[in-house]
Amino acid sequence: MYVAVKGGEAAIANAHRLLGDRRRGDRSVPGLTLTQIIGQLGLAVDRVMGEGSLYDMELAALAIVQARGDMIEAIFLLRAYRTTLPRFGYSQPIDTGKMLIERRISATYKDLPGGQLLGPTFDYTHRLLDPSLLDADVPEPVARTAEDAAAPRVTDLLNDEGLIEVDVSEPQGEIGDLTREPLEFPLNRDLRLQALARGDEGFLLALGYSTQRGYGRSHPFVGEIRIGEVEVELDIPELGFAVSLGRIRVTECQMVNKFKGNAKVPPQFTRGYGLVFGQAERKAMAMSLCDRSLRARELGEDVNHPAQDEEFVISHSDNVQSTGFVEHLKLPHYVDFQGELGLLREMRAEHEAVPEELKEAAE
Amino acid sequence: MPQQQAQSDDNPRRDAMEILSHAAPERLAALWASFADKPAHVRVRGPETGLVMVRARAGGGGNPFNLGEATVTRATVRLSTGEVGHAYALGRDAAKVEIAAVLDALFQRDPAMITTQFLAPLAAEAEAADRVRREEVAATKVDFFTMVRGDD
Repeated sequence: MYVAVKGGEAAIANAHRLLGDRRRGDRSVPGLTLTQIIGQLGLAVDRVMGEGSLYDMELAALAIVQARGDMIEAIFLLRAYRTTLPRFGYSQPIDTGKMLIERRISATYKDLPGGQLLGPTFDYTHRLLDPSLLDADVPEPVARTAEDAAAPRVTDLLNDEGLIEVDVSEPQGEIGDLTREPLEFPLNRDLRLQALARGDEGFLLALGYSTQRGYGRSHPFVGEIRIGEVEVELDIPELGFAVSLGRIRVTECQMVNKFKGNAKVPPQFTRGYGLVFGQAERKAMAMSLCDRSLRARELGEDVNHPAQDEEFVISHSDNVQSTGFVEHLKLPHYVDFQGELGLLREMRAEHEAVPEELKEAAE
Repeated sequence: MPQQQAQSDDNPRRDAMEILSHAAPERLAALWASFADKPAHVRVRGPETGLVMVRARAGGGGNPFNLGEATVTRATVRLSTGEVGHAYALGRDAAKVEIAAVLDALFQRDPAMITTQFLAPLAAEAEAADRVRREEVAATKVDFFTMVRGDD
């Protein structure tokens, strides 16, 4: 329990003023603009949008500046902002098969229709720090005539042969929305995917890694990763038809896992799915590993490991919730602590009151 | 309930609204500034900013789920001649969306004029920008070639 503590107003005001000063830093250095952050720290912006669960690059960039680059603080700011806005509706499901592709790779098929498109990747870089990039002239990208070949999702290619579980699209009840209803376990996959999509990258990465190291049944291949822009369509009630409101960038990961079959269904690959706002490949991969491991119950597997336990994973994957509860410990707990101190003194007094010989006998 | 219009390719008004929603705010503002026949209009609703929950499908084609929200701005206007225009676009640019709503209203009166003055140039620019993006990405396509093994 915490009680109101008076007397800190001036200290708080001055602390916030000091924060403002430290955030701005040396005034002789130009201040950052949102355009610079969006343009040059784009993946930080993407992470804040993804875990903040709000797609708006300018707001995410502002949150990053306001938080002095503290990503979880920035995510917190974005989550708080979204509560101030009304919701106009739910979009039609985006179609990642119709993406304007910026990167698309598969670890399972070398020659896939549409090809392997590396895009702007860190892969195959030497990971050597390069001070020269700060003042080097950056050459324009190379361009090459684009073929108009369709790039079907790799999982759809496997589907044609019946070797992989198919996407189930069936009439279902209300689609779960954790921003509207408190979570009640067990969860359906729709709610898990929503929670994972906004979950902390580090937490999901560690859990995904744990499944690879043996804490869970995971023998995955990256069927496909694709990054690019998709249309967001909304039904406009006034008009009676859907209109695209614009495009958002997303990263999709299709993880293909070892077989599952039963008397009715022949053995087939199972799947884990990752989908995240922005360019966020590591997060999408981690999400797809966790999605697959959390399907243990549905697929009739034993639940023995943390990454298979949805109550454990989903209850702790949200970094805004986690930081709220961990950081509340620094708020004044003077009264609680005084209570504990009093109790401890009483216990010690009782302990000292007992004669030595009785203590030895008790042992 | 009104008859749901089929998602056919034959809905010029929807096509127009999409070109406007995709337009860069500064480009739309520039075209609007050089547009001579700006009509008088009143705001019926907005421009106002809110959220749309973006949905996706498990596995890409499975059951839908809620991916996360996006900011959206919308506006409804009425021209002095009676036409009502609507506009919705991702982001928080109220000026852009209000212009788009006026153009949606004008489009109902004179689609050819709006197409010539606004939609055609915006669509051409968007297509050119997408083509550049595709070509830059195409240059990163892996061209596999098979190593010929020696006789051993």
